[in-house]
Amino acid sequence: MSERLAVRKTYKLFIGGAFPRSESGRSYVVTSSKGDFLANAARASRKDARDAVAAARKAFPGWSGATAYNRGQILYRIAEMLEGRRAQFVAEITAMGGVGVKQAGEMVDATVDRLVWYAGWSDKIGAVLGSANPVAGPYFNLSSPEPTGVVAVVAPQAGPLLGLVSVIAPVIVTGNTCVVIASERAPLPAITLAEVLATSDLPGGVVNILTGSAAEIAPWLAGHMDVNGIDLTGADAESAVTCEELAAENLKRVLRPPAGPVDWLADPGIGRMTTFLETKTVWHPIGI
Amino acid sequence: MFEYAPAPESRDIVDIRPSYGLFINGEWVEPQGEERHKTVNPATEEVLAEVAWAGEADVDRAVQAAAKAFPVWSAMPGAERAKYLFRIARIIQERARELAVLETLDNGKPIRESRDVDLPLVAAHFFYYAGWADKLSYAGFGPDPRPLGVAGQVIPWNFPLLMLAWKIAPALACGNTVVLKPAETTPLTALAFADICRQADLPPGVVNIVTGAGETGAALVDHPGVDKVAFTGSTEVGRLIARSLAGTRKKLTLELGGKAANIVFEDAPLDQAVEGIVNGIFFNQGHVCCAGSRLLVQESVAADLLEALKRRLGTLRLGDPLDKNTDIGAINSAEQLAKIRELSEAGEAEGAERWSPACPIPDRGYWFPPTLFTGVAQSHRIAREEIFGPVLSVLTFRTPAEAVEKANNTPYGLSAGVWTEKGSRMLWMASRLRAGVVWSNTFNRFDPTSPFGGYKESGYGREGGRHGLEAYLAV
Repeated sequence: MSERLAVRKTYKLFIGGAFPRSESGRSYVVTSSKGDFLANAARASRKDARDAVAAARKAFPGWSGATAYNRGQILYRIAEMLEGRRAQFVAEITAMGGVGVKQAGEMVDATVDRLVWYAGWSDKIGAVLGSANPVAGPYFNLSSPEPTGVVAVVAPQAGPLLGLVSVIAPVIVTGNTCVVIASERAPLPAITLAEVLATSDLPGGVVNILTGSAAEIAPWLAGHMDVNGIDLTGADAESAVTCEELAAENLKRVLRPPAGPVDWLADPGIGRMTTFLETKTVWHPIGI
Repeated sequence: MFEYAPAPESRDIVDIRPSYGLFINGEWVEPQGEERHKTVNPATEEVLAEVAWAGEADVDRAVQAAAKAFPVWSAMPGAERAKYLFRIARIIQERARELAVLETLDNGKPIRESRDVDLPLVAAHFFYYAGWADKLSYAGFGPDPRPLGVAGQVIPWNFPLLMLAWKIAPALACGNTVVLKPAETTPLTALAFADICRQADLPPGVVNIVTGAGETGAALVDHPGVDKVAFTGSTEVGRLIARSLAGTRKKLTLELGGKAANIVFEDAPLDQAVEGIVNGIFFNQGHVCCAGSRLLVQESVAADLLEALKRRLGTLRLGDPLDKNTDIGAINSAEQLAKIRELSEAGEAEGAERWSPACPIPDRGYWFPPTLFTGVAQSHRIAREEIFGPVLSVLTFRTPAEAVEKANNTPYGLSAGVWTEKGSRMLWMASRLRAGVVWSNTFNRFDPTSPFGGYKESGYGREGGRHGLEAYLAV
């Protein structure tokens, strides 16, 4: 009897909670570090990016209006589901090369821990960044952080899982929704992450993941008038400047690319959250 | 309407020099170029003084002075920096009357406002941020937050000295040094502030002031020696700055335009709402980025409210800004007046109904009567574009959801007003309005402890409060 033939998986996009192929019908070959065929991944187009923005916009009122407790629970749930697929992620990360099984395992563990860390922020960021302001007059005056809206994220090219989750989690934990361009070279963990998200009670459209060329898609997102913020962490230097210029058109909040290599295992701090938060200040007179 | 005898403030208290140089490294210096510009009193068109027009070489000199002062100023113990800022605050209080008159002469705003609003807030900002200088480790940005370096700051003409205070006080408290460019039509109080820095013995180069127009501002913003850019002004210019800073490591904060909705529900205390609407749009001739320029009134009370509002507008006094009875002063410049006229004409042409109270207009100077448009549709230019003048557009709504929808139907998101006696409704509204400041049952309130700044195309970053420190620290 011949050896059983493997069932290969078709990799698609993740938009609005569904897994469509690219509208353009394009795909590209993902290979291992040794050049072996791993999979065909969808190559997202401008239209896919626009559909993803529409899905993120549609999801924004519900997600930003959800209680912080609820958002925190869902982030924790993502961590649970991700942990359940540990072996698959380890296999995908090692296939991409550069890391051994042990190190890949550590990265998946760190990813789970990162999600748990951010899950706890959902109901604390308001206390840390908000303030009751002692104005010189009979007014109740309170400032609180609020999500900026739809955020486009160019995920780092290296660190296909830990880096990816480290840029998505801070954006969504505070109530934003996002459109993410996954690492072009190593998109498989991103699609598997999409499957994790799809089964984590995360409302459809809160995270939308595109695979394909960041240099091709990112400028459309940077110039999109219904995108409120852009994280250029994974953009190359030239593309980042173009994107930043395009982002000026509707004054998007911009997180510039890092000056040097990022240590994704280090304490992330709160900067990734604050970049995509507004501060709302409410004044009300005090009297009887 | 009662007759009042004029009550003019004496202008003898100010001493305006015929000509001003640039304030660089603690000295008055002459610009390298020959170009000079006259600043006029918009209420009389009288020339007040000639000011220098700084070119690239002058800006470079100012940035270098600031860069040279930075190591000294940033290394100084916070408590010492605080004392300088307290000194400045005290000098401003001592000279408040003089500065208020000077502001009114150069800007055209009523003395009642420069004296009772601008100057007290200017002093309060320096007091507030003085206190932060030695407490930065408690501000929530880590145990040892560092300053950024040289801050290039460009400010508008609507609140010349107040915007200077908003920019300079937090920058200095955090240990940065500053090159500030005041607006081309209102440089005089900034130049007076240079004198205050000398009076306070502030180390040379910590504050530098370069006068000029857009080109001077662009030279400052684009100067490679500038580490941080802060701009308050139009969204259009804000966009240009954001674009020109792309690919640099300069930190940027922008306070830009607005088209605020002032939303009046049927249960609102109407008399107070009328006062709030008047304050919202006619304060400072409507030259306010957060002005309540779109009145959204619930249909059931629209007729009553409009009648009361028109009656109230009939009592506003327009005229000599130095008269203590004056409510509405002069439009800041001929250019601005032309813009207000153009947009008002567009309002009529698009079918809205224009109304102004009988209002005598002085023969000289730049003036625009308080104006109200009814029958305004959301698509009208007067409902979409920032007019930056005493022009109010009135729209109506039926349900709270419709009010939210209409209020948020703008690319801007600086401020909003809500008038209702029902607390739960107010908080429901406040949470849905996409605006940086929501005033409920009040409008146009400012305080140094209270963060101010916009959502969407009204810019990014906050000024005021603990939040305002973030713009000037490496965080």
